[in-house]
Amino acid sequence: MKVSGAEIVVESLKKEGVTHIFGYPGGVVLNLFDYLYDAKGIKLLLTRHEQGATHMADGYARSTGKVGVALVTSGPGATNTVTGIATAAMDSIPIVVLTGQVPTMLIGNDAFQEADIVGITRPCTKYNYLVKNIDDLADTIREAFHIASTGRPGPVLIDLPRDISAGMGNFNWPEKVQIRSYNPTVEGNRKMIEKAAEEIAKSKKPVIIAGGGVILSNASEDLRELAELTQIPVTTTLMGIGSFPSVHPLSLGMPGMHGTYYANMAIQESDLIVAIGMRFDDRVTGKISAFAPHATIVHIDIDPTSIRKNVHVDIPIVGDSKNVLTTLNQIVKAGQKTQWGEIRKAWLKQLDDWKELKPMCYRYSDTIIKPQFVIEKLYEATGGDAIITTEVGQNQMWAAQFFKFDKPRTFLSSGGLGTMGYGFPAAIGAQVAFPDKTVIDIAGDGSIQMNIQELATAVVYELPVKVAILNNRYLGMVRQWQELFFKERYSHSHLNTVPDFVKVAEAYSAVGLRAEKPSEVEPVIREALKTKKPVFMDFVIDWKEKVFPMVPAGAAIDQMMFDEEEPKKEARHKKLKAVK
Amino acid sequence: MRHTISVQVENKFGVLSRVAGLFSGRGYNIESISVGETLDPKISVMTIVTRGENQIVEQINKQLNKLIDVIKVQDLFDVDHVEREMVLIKIAPPQEQKAEVLRLAEIFRGRVVDSSPKTYTIEITGDEKKIEAFLELVKPMGVKEFVRSGKIAIAREKSKG
Ligand SMILES: Cc1ncc(C[n+]2csc(CCOP(=O)(O)OP(=O)(O)O)c2C)c(N)n1
Ligand SMILES: [Mg+2]
Repeated sequence: MKVSGAEIVVESLKKEGVTHIFGYPGGVVLNLFDYLYDAKGIKLLLTRHEQGATHMADGYARSTGKVGVALVTSGPGATNTVTGIATAAMDSIPIVVLTGQVPTMLIGNDAFQEADIVGITRPCTKYNYLVKNIDDLADTIREAFHIASTGRPGPVLIDLPRDISAGMGNFNWPEKVQIRSYNPTVEGNRKMIEKAAEEIAKSKKPVIIAGGGVILSNASEDLRELAELTQIPVTTTLMGIGSFPSVHPLSLGMPGMHGTYYANMAIQESDLIVAIGMRFDDRVTGKISAFAPHATIVHIDIDPTSIRKNVHVDIPIVGDSKNVLTTLNQIVKAGQKTQWGEIRKAWLKQLDDWKELKPMCYRYSDTIIKPQFVIEKLYEATGGDAIITTEVGQNQMWAAQFFKFDKPRTFLSSGGLGTMGYGFPAAIGAQVAFPDKTVIDIAGDGSIQMNIQELATAVVYELPVKVAILNNRYLGMVRQWQELFFKERYSHSHLNTVPDFVKVAEAYSAVGLRAEKPSEVEPVIREALKTKKPVFMDFVIDWKEKVFPMVPAGAAIDQMMFDEEEPKKEARHKKLKAVK
Repeated sequence: MRHTISVQVENKFGVLSRVAGLFSGRGYNIESISVGETLDPKISVMTIVTRGENQIVEQINKQLNKLIDVIKVQDLFDVDHVEREMVLIKIAPPQEQKAEVLRLAEIFRGRVVDSSPKTYTIEITGDEKKIEAFLELVKPMGVKEFVRSGKIAIAREKSKG
């Protein structure tokens, strides 16, 4: 029996376990929308911008581990998804984006709302399809989900010409997928893993650098087991935050440009780096030629192209972090008894000394709100039990530095692409997946304006997302660079008029709250957390505040700048409760 | 170092653009690329000639492998193989050199595939050295244009024993 293309698409999505689609309609996808009108067991959430839809699918995927789905129309609808797709690609996030396309016979004619979205997104998808035959629909969707979610995950786009979704065809759901040219290596090479275990036993000053791959492969428990077993300190990259508890005694926090003093020092002094599911991004390594000069490097990654791309690797292990760590832990446990505590004693002492010398800290003020203080209060008020998303800029770095995460999939941030406007829709996507969880977007006043329209989406679907706007009236991170490296020439980084975010929230029938003094911060947060609606919290912060430590671009990561601005005696130097 | 890489790909819509896009997007250089069907019409083979430091070429090989439509990548650098390229040269020699051009073509086992009152079009097949040598010789004799096919290559079968 023949059924409509629209039915095949939607029923295939349901077979893949999809319950939510983020989307926006238009001419060539109307058959799909029509089928969705009364389809059971699957719900489309209407966003206010297609970029929002892709980030929501992404936030949904990051928080759940499932594939996020977006559905948009051709032409401008499709091109509006590009930033969301590129964001997901850079951070290896599994999403499937369905775009409408003009009818097959019009393709190539510059038809109304035609865009070659398959061509446009070829470099920023893991794979993409133009479906030319209705009978291929089910197979294509099955393959797309398989490719998006296996190996190194990533976005897949499926372009659906109108005659494909509007026409009639056969629906045969393939039980299995077999792509002869796609076979990711999941198990690591045992010999290499044994070598890694030997290095671990030999090393006097080892460090683990854990990245987003640990989270993507659900290997947090295995990472923890390895670290505790062999007493190796762990630093988590921006993407790896949550893969290892920040409050764990072996945690070093984040490395790199805005990393902790002790993480960067540990890397530079180490004799062994065990890099897991991370790709030596330049924000992590700083000057490559001066990176970890004494270290033997073990690199575990599912993507062979990540290995030896930019740093020399002594022991490459291609495989899924989960599988490799499981094997590595077995080997370590079966090996000869090592007095791990004993052999690491001096190194762990050294790390404690560094933590003591330069802990993560900021200058507290009684009169003006410091952004780090807001984040500390958010942590206290939620007890850490929240999903945090971020925008990009100083807000992102302060969130990464000062909130504490003990579970994977609770920190969602655009790491690779650094997309302003990501955090708010991503928070909405996460809230859709976890309606009862506290979800907070830690935002900048610039970034929030890049997808502020999605407040309507949050309001309509009663998604009580909270947005903490660190309002410094500046594109703060740009301003910081201009202050430090461009002789304080603040070219176009002042936002001049920032809207009244409280009124904006109210205009959308959400709730707006404002804190202008440190004493108002906690009450505003408590009020927001009590509110069952979306809330914008407008924190008017010290616009002068900068993110420290900072490694200037191109410098080695032990060349860190610290906050020297105010004379110490004038301000109460406040240490955070030590990250021991 | 220059490497000749033979890439088996699914003969699918857009596959050439995926491979070419990989090179342009990552700033790898391509000296030549040629594509054709194989015994199995669902599979094409691309022969790509590229140049780069070892670490870059290692990346190129890995990146090619990572493309979903790529079935197999074989870098022929350390593999005994046969390479061929074809060039079509249109040449308008002065009257007194016409005979010399034809003689050279014969030495190089070329063929005249077209001629007009003023020009010959000559086909030469061979490895790169041979083609370069021929072009070098005839250049002063009035070459108007030439077109090269790009290299194709195939690994030699190992002889037994
Ligand atoms: C879409 C996009 N455009 C530009 C940038 C470059 N950029 C990085 S941080 C930043 C400033 C962000 O300002 P704001 O959101 O107010 O955050 P703050 O740094 O003040 O906390 C800019 C413009 C970017 N990351 N993303
Ligand atoms: Mg700002």
